[in-house]
Amino acid sequence: MTAVIAADRLTIRFGSFTAVNDVSFAIAKGEVFGFLGPNGSGKTTIIKALCGLLVPTQGTGRILGMDIRKDAAEIKRHVGYMSQKFGLYEDLTVAENIEFYAGVYGIRGSAAEQRKQEVLALTGIEHYLKRRASQLSGGWKQRLALACAIIHSPEVVFLDEPTAGIDPVARRALWDLIFRLSAQGVTFFVTTHYMDEAERCGRVGYIYLSKLVALGTVAELQRLPEANPAGTLRIQIETSNPSTMLDPVRRIPGVREATIFGRAIHALVDETHVASLRSELPGAQVRSIQPSLEDVFVTLTYRIMEAQR
Amino acid sequence: MKHLFYGLIPVCRKEFLHIVRDSGTLVFALLLPMLQLFLFGFAVDTNVRQIPTVVFDESHTQESRQLLQSFANSDVFQLNSAAVSKEQMYEAMRSGKAGVGIRVPYDYARLLQDGTTATVLVLVDGSDSTVAGQAVSTSTGVTLKESLARVLPGGRIPIEVRPSVLYNPATRSANFFVPGLVAILLQVMTILLIALSLVRERERGTLEQLTMTPVAPLGLMVGKMIPYGVLAFFELCAILFVMRVVFLVPIRGSVIELLAMSLPFLLTVLGLGLVISTKARTQAEAFQLSMGTILPSVFLSGYIFLIENMPPIFQAIAHVIPATYYIRILRGIILRGAGLRELWLNAAVLTLMGCGAILLAARQFVRQRMT
Repeated sequence: MTAVIAADRLTIRFGSFTAVNDVSFAIAKGEVFGFLGPNGSGKTTIIKALCGLLVPTQGTGRILGMDIRKDAAEIKRHVGYMSQKFGLYEDLTVAENIEFYAGVYGIRGSAAEQRKQEVLALTGIEHYLKRRASQLSGGWKQRLALACAIIHSPEVVFLDEPTAGIDPVARRALWDLIFRLSAQGVTFFVTTHYMDEAERCGRVGYIYLSKLVALGTVAELQRLPEANPAGTLRIQIETSNPSTMLDPVRRIPGVREATIFGRAIHALVDETHVASLRSELPGAQVRSIQPSLEDVFVTLTYRIMEAQR
Repeated sequence: MKHLFYGLIPVCRKEFLHIVRDSGTLVFALLLPMLQLFLFGFAVDTNVRQIPTVVFDESHTQESRQLLQSFANSDVFQLNSAAVSKEQMYEAMRSGKAGVGIRVPYDYARLLQDGTTATVLVLVDGSDSTVAGQAVSTSTGVTLKESLARVLPGGRIPIEVRPSVLYNPATRSANFFVPGLVAILLQVMTILLIALSLVRERERGTLEQLTMTPVAPLGLMVGKMIPYGVLAFFELCAILFVMRVVFLVPIRGSVIELLAMSLPFLLTVLGLGLVISTKARTQAEAFQLSMGTILPSVFLSGYIFLIENMPPIFQAIAHVIPATYYIRILRGIILRGAGLRELWLNAAVLTLMGCGAILLAARQFVRQRMT
């Protein structure tokens, strides 16, 4: 596997603050890579570094084999970027926005027109050509932003929280688009806070306090020993009233974590205490489950927080 | 070269679209300076005429009346009130009813006839320095002339000064102030527009998006300068037109040279606007910083006060203010009919400043992108 996006012991410091600490990963062509982590954990900084905007303090990164330290200008021509701010000119029309970005990527004349038609067809925004960007709904703005971000047919696309504040239908439309493009060989690097989106990704990385603490497929992460500490069991407690039961469950000895999922409580319990837990909750159905991705990240985060204390 | 200015043309085209779309900006850009021009152009008149003057004539003689008549004839004083006591005269001054007070002593005529020196008191309200200066010099002149006429037999004065004011024969204030005003108005408008345009992009996140594209910093900067430069150039033409037609300020030099030598100034203020935009995080901040450039440009550029009269430190500051050089160009061409041959150095300094500002802005821009 030749990596399309590769970070090798990437470290970025701003003064005494370490924004990215010794992060390594490799992403293959056509992969959709999900990148998760709390705000301020270094997600955007890594994207900026990989796009050649920041020179890493230590370590290296490669995009399509190009060194992010030396080939920044060339990397930009092969990389698309969309942030949650979208980067659209609200007073310009849909067509003018697309034409502008085609221009800044140096696409001119008939090539520009052809490419414009392609992204319009892909995003389905052709009916709004003459409309100002300010008059579009959030979902359509996002599609326009994506159309602008891929106008130069990039092989690699970075999406920085692309679905923040977007309705579910528009979110799904975006993901459909992402997978259609990835099937064509475009590699995606997507940051998100939504677990359901992370679960759609082929592989997921979790960054916490500037460090990459987990990396793998969703199934791999669910089986991580750190997320399933020895001697513990993850259980689902189905009860008629989970919200009033949450605090009592948390007080039961041997319960390490407990949180509500829909109409049930998910808990991480010491194996030795499962029997006593069942007896404490006579009416409830208790069964063993796989941890969800959120469970994995929460457990990992707690472990790090405890280790730091 | 192409690499250095990459993205210039699309940025330039987009910026023109912004200007055309945003009618508010257009109105602000074109109408507001015009309005200010009318306001300042009509309001500012530093020629001192008809100062209200209170007279306390204790002498009441033919000689005293003759002296007072000379004061009245000067056109500077308007002898419109008479006081009957010293207190009344001071009261008129203090209340501001009179700007000048003249007291002729009771023994004025007798002292003149005796051949000794008669003293006439002229009080001047110093709260307005222009008025005071004019009153002092005119009253000295009037009495000196009176004295000479008395001393010399036949009343013939041996030397007569015939001052002839070149380049502004009527000493019209408009001729002096309006050309300088062109520089100030142009500067305020241009700096503000370009600074806001860049900071707006920063606020809306489009600047972040642009940094991810191959657009070069200089391509972005110069691409923004061209549309606003064109706008400012139109504004300059409009201001000059109003100056010529409404304020009747004649342009003695070549209009072409005037417009050509305005370009370096536009370059400088556009560059300055870009520097400001790299320092400002929000549009409000950009607005404040832009406004901050007005005061030094008004007071230290020679627009109002003579640079040569300033303390050395302020003279030094005056020489780094772009408006200083442009006002020299404006006054030189408009009032004195000078041209490129006499004024090229000013244009050269402005060009250097402009290029420096653009490079500084581009460097700042690249640095900020890193964080």
